[in-house]
Formats: sequence, structure tokens, C-alpha cells
Amino acid sequence: MEYFVQQVINGLQIGFVYALVALGYTLVYGIVRLINFAHGDVFMVGAFIGLYAIERHHLPISAVFLAAVGGCALLAMAMERVAYRPLREAPRIASLITAIGMSLFLEYFTALHQVFGPDYYSFPRPFAVTTWEVRGITLTNIQAIIFVVTLLCLGLLQFVVYRTRTGRAMRAVSYDYVTAGLMGVNVNLVISLTFALGGALAGVGGVLYGIAYPQVNTFMGVMPGLKAFTAAVLGGIGSIPGAVLGALIMGQSETLTAAYLSSTYRDGIAFLILIAVLVWKPTGILGTARTEKV
Amino acid sequence: MLLSIENINVYYGRLHALRDVSLQVDRGEIVSLIGANGAGKSTALKAISGVLRPRSGTINHEGRDLAGLPPHKIARMGVAHVPEGRGVFANMTVRENLLLGAYARRSRREAEESIEKVFTLFPRLSERSAQLAGTLSGGEQQMLAIGRALVARPSLMLLDEPSMGLSPLLVGEIFNLIGEINREGTTILLVEQNAYMALSIAHRGYVLEAGGIVLSGLSADLRKDPRVQAAYLGDVGTPPPE
Repeated sequence: MEYFVQQVINGLQIGFVYALVALGYTLVYGIVRLINFAHGDVFMVGAFIGLYAIERHHLPISAVFLAAVGGCALLAMAMERVAYRPLREAPRIASLITAIGMSLFLEYFTALHQVFGPDYYSFPRPFAVTTWEVRGITLTNIQAIIFVVTLLCLGLLQFVVYRTRTGRAMRAVSYDYVTAGLMGVNVNLVISLTFALGGALAGVGGVLYGIAYPQVNTFMGVMPGLKAFTAAVLGGIGSIPGAVLGALIMGQSETLTAAYLSSTYRDGIAFLILIAVLVWKPTGILGTARTEKV
Repeated sequence: MLLSIENINVYYGRLHALRDVSLQVDRGEIVSLIGANGAGKSTALKAISGVLRPRSGTINHEGRDLAGLPPHKIARMGVAHVPEGRGVFANMTVRENLLLGAYARRSRREAEESIEKVFTLFPRLSERSAQLAGTLSGGEQQMLAIGRALVARPSLMLLDEPSMGLSPLLVGEIFNLIGEINREGTTILLVEQNAYMALSIAHRGYVLEAGGIVLSGLSADLRKDPRVQAAYLGDVGTPPPE
């Protein structure tokens, strides 16, 4: 029993990180109906910003998060402005392919020696690891930080989307951007802000991931990106609570597979879930079928 | 002159949707734009509110040229467009929809005041303020769409087919409200397929055919015009039930 509870806690750790990334997929999809395949790479950039902030600039941990949030928000906004906005009226497939291209660009460009470099780099621990043990179940301060920071982010996102004027504008643009414009909403600005919000969450996720799994590489965003995307689809893409729920399920499935079957099955099962969802419930757990706008 | 459109041309790809359309709306008027399906009525409203960009011509509103500006800027200049099919945000509450109408107003207090005013005009919206807009009836959604436009306190309201999909009884109710809104000082440019209703409420009218204006004048004169009677009024003399 302790073993099982321990695995569930470990699953929450990775599940929460996936949630931060999955939210970016779901927010962007909700507003421009685009699967931003480069989102996992924004997460990677967040981890590298964290690495530099800690190692070279010795920033305090809160400033490390702020740097990653700011850097990733700007990167996501720039991506939208340069690559996706010009294609907004183009057929959907054009922006999808562009997203894949953007993803490859970020991975290989940052792998240049002049940028982040092609190797694996160890992510410095910004604090000593401490472990608490209660009845045979251990909890590390890293896990505690992941839980607290992620829950804070979720609360903040919920507040922004459902309680602020900007959030209302975001939901309006997501529902019908033409009519939102008629209300005086600057649609381009709202789309930009949505990308920024998704990027910021991925930045937090990148730093947390670096702290928990202390090795970074410019291709480190690929797998978590795909898993987070799967999580967003599983929960119902476009749905904010769905992305979190999907990510938590993915986290559990991963750790429980590794614990009770074998860690070699871990990724296979994750993508089996994706296929199963697409076959039997393409709208996801909390997603609603909606008629596509012309 | 509140709104003055000079020779605008609008294209959908290669389709020439509006040909040298010119029209004027004076402060305080209800002007109606009538015509058959596909004549370009909605296109004209979309060109004014910036959803479509005219290829040539000018759209002058209160002394400023709107042609080429993005919709949100035009909305903030006092032009409220109630789109065809109402365009309510079905996944938001009635109150949230109204708050979006007040989006351009920075002051929360002013927004609340405007919403209260709309609630006195449409008491049914007040009763349903916490309800999701998607659960309202067609008539209520139309009221919400008009109320949401009013919250912005526009100098010009563009109304696209407010009678669409409503029972004759409701159409009468909506048109009475439009008249009331106009008497309280809002200028209205009304697009309608129901030419009889439109000309009964409007001061003046324009007839649009295949993207061009073919006739214009006082509503009373248009109603008597044999060409209008033949093409748009059909059975005149059967007024809708009051």
C-alpha cells in the first residue's frame, strides 16, 4: 500500500509538470484552433533560461521563475506574430505544418554552439534536497515545490480567464472572434496574450522539470510536449480543467506502468491512450463537441 | 451627417459584392437597407464595422474615415454592429455578454450603469442575467444582442436582420423596441429582408439590388413605389398582427 501511495505521489509530480505544458496547448487551441507543436520547445527554452539564471547569474529561485516566465512568454508571442498570424486565414494544414517547422527550428537552432549547445547539461539544484517521511511514504521538497507552484499557477489562470476583463475577452475571441472584434476587443492583442500565457506556464514547467529531472538538452521538450499534448486531447482540447485532468491521468499512467509493469512500456502506454481517446472519444473527457466555424 | 458612405466597392475574392454604394444616415434617423437575399445588405454593414475592408471608397463617421480600420477601433468610435444571427456568446452568461458590450469602457461603474439601463429596457434579460446566453430563446437572444450593443452607448447602431427566425409576434415586439431605442437618441441603420416591417419603422430607405443601390427615398414614398411593391412587399395590405 505504501508503495502504491508513493507511486501516486511520484505520478502527481510529473502530472503537474505535464499540466503546465498541456494548458498551453489547450489555451492556444481554444483561441485559434491550432495545435502548436512548437509548444514543447518553449518548455525546453524555459528550462535553459532556468539553467542560466541559476548557474551564471545566481538569481534567487523566485527570480529564476520570473525570468523563465518572461522569456517564454515573449518567445511564444514572437512565434505567433512571425509564424502563425500571417497564416490565420490560410487553410488549417498550413499553420499545422508551420508549427512542426517552428518546433524543429527551435530544437536545431538552440542546439547550435552559439546558442544553448548540442549536449546534455546538468541542471544545478538551486537548493538542497530534503526529504520528509511519514509512515513509509516520502515526500521531497522538490515535489512540494512542484505541487505548490503548479497549484498557484492553476489558481491564477482560473482567475485570469474567468474573473477578469481580459479573460472575458479571451473567452469571447475563442467563441467567435469576429463578434468579439465588434465588441471593441482587439483580437490580435488577445491572441498574443493567450500565447504569452501559455508560454509563461510552459516556462514555469521547464524550470520545475529541470529541478526535478536535472538534465537538460535542446530536444528535451519533444517527449513531454507530446505527452502534454496527449493529456490535453485526453481531457478534451480547449478545456482548461480537461488539460489538468488529462495531465494528472497521464502522470499516473506513466508512474504506475513503470512501477507495476516495466518502464519500457511507459511511453508506449501513453500513446496508446492517445490513440484510444481519438478512436472512442475524440472530444476527450471534458471536451464538448462543437460545430466548427466556417 | 452622422454617417456618409461614398462609392464603396467590396469584393469577396473575385466576386464584386458592393458596387459604388453611397448612402447617408443623419443623426437621429432610422435608415433601412432592404433588398433580396444576397443583394449585399449584410456586406454593407460589415464594411462599415470593419469586418470587411472596402477596396475603394470612403466611410465617414462623425468626421473620421473608417475604411481600412480594424473592427475594434471602429467599435470604440461608437459604431455598434449587431450581426446577423445575433452573435451572442452562448457559453457565457447574459451578464458577461453585456459586460463584453461595455468592453471598451474602462470604468466598471459606467459599465454597470449602462447595464442597469439595458435591464430597465429589457426586464427579461435582468431576470436571466446569470443564465448562459445559449439557453435563451431566439427572441431573448435578439434582445441580448441589441442590449449588448446598447451598453456601449453607440452613436450609430447597425442592425442586421433582427427579425430573423422570430415569430410574427416577437418581430412586432422587437421592432417596437427598436423604435423606442431610436426615440431615446440612438441612430440606427437597419438591414431587413422583411421590407414591410423595415419601411414601417424607418424614416428613409435604400433598396439594394445585386450589390448596387437602385432606389432610395422616404419610407412612405418607397412603400408606394410600384417597383418596391412588386419586388419586396408582395402582399401589401396584410400588416403583421399587432
